[in-house]
Amino acid sequence: MKTDDLISMLSEDAPVRIRLGPMLLGALLGGVVISAALLLATIGIRHDMASAIETARVLFKIVTTLTLAVTACGLVFRIGRPGIPLKISALSLLIPLAMVIAGVATELTTIPEDTWRTALMGRNATFCVFFIPVLSLAPLAGFLWALKSAAPANPTLGGAVAGLASAGLAAALYAWHCPDDSPLFLATWYTAAATAVTALGALIGSRYLRW
Amino acid sequence: MKHSAREEEWAGWMRSAIEGDAQAYHRFLSAVTPHLRAMARRRCDQFGAPASEAEDVVQEVLLVVHLKRGTWDPARPIGPWLSTIVRNKLIDSLRRRGRHIDVPIDDVMATLEAEEQAGNLDRLDAEHMLERLKDPQRDIVRSISIEGAGIRETAERLKMTEGAVRVALHRALKSLAALYRSETSEDR
Repeated sequence: MKTDDLISMLSEDAPVRIRLGPMLLGALLGGVVISAALLLATIGIRHDMASAIETARVLFKIVTTLTLAVTACGLVFRIGRPGIPLKISALSLLIPLAMVIAGVATELTTIPEDTWRTALMGRNATFCVFFIPVLSLAPLAGFLWALKSAAPANPTLGGAVAGLASAGLAAALYAWHCPDDSPLFLATWYTAAATAVTALGALIGSRYLRW
Repeated sequence: MKHSAREEEWAGWMRSAIEGDAQAYHRFLSAVTPHLRAMARRRCDQFGAPASEAEDVVQEVLLVVHLKRGTWDPARPIGPWLSTIVRNKLIDSLRRRGRHIDVPIDDVMATLEAEEQAGNLDRLDAEHMLERLKDPQRDIVRSISIEGAGIRETAERLKMTEGAVRVALHRALKSLAALYRSETSEDR
């Protein structure tokens, strides 16, 4: 095939039917709706939420996970577009990290040392590490599907970012159920769950997002 | 990168193309190709790949620019988008070609000739990939690319609707890109 012929052929396929922005937005909204429905249909919101949300620890948990969701989703929306600088967006991930560190530091100085272990282990650690990844599946599938038509310079990194963003969304949803409120619990188990989902995203991305 | 007049022009064509203007798109691709070719030849040198492969690389890069054009935000300058996508694909494509370079001495003449008129040579890669497409995709690609038929003509010939031909063409282009990629992993 001559290059000129190729160009003529490509010209016949000129209109763009799929746009990345709306696809990512659809993946985000669809993923949140499915995972929220899953949460409500199975374990539900903790019944003392109305009063619990006024306590500093619960508020911290919700705001921190939400911050991770927002910053990581911001990166997902940029990473598939060649030529767009990622530095500031990537640095914004340090905000939720700093929040976790500050939360842990505050907790350690507030509660007595012999309660640290109980606070860290919480009541539902295993379930948390299981259910956050479950809640992240729908957004992860959506993001990977949308990024498939994008062009992430590094497919593995693209997948990892999709994983981190879905874990952030899942954590922000799970926080409404989670009965364990210590920042120590959050820093340990939420982080473990998010790491697992990020690794899964990277693994899938390294193959599925190649272009 | 400052956006030059040339870039403005390219961006304008691409904006029209996204809305479905085939002529503007043809202008865009034709304008970009000489730059791609120059880059591909320079990189071929750098990676020690024979210059005859440069045109294969150009075609592969064009295909990717085409399939990924939805990732360009029309509100942004086109230069950074284009150069990033081209650089990534160029390096990707050449790196993997570089792994299995094998130039029999008889091919040296062909290589030299290719230097002269690379733009007009039938390239082997695309031809090879074409063989592996399924019908009706292969027929459609042949009809449009090699025989130079339009969508309507192709639709009449294959007794399909124009819409079906358009859809099949788009799928065929995606399959071609996937074939290039799978070819790579088999070679590794």
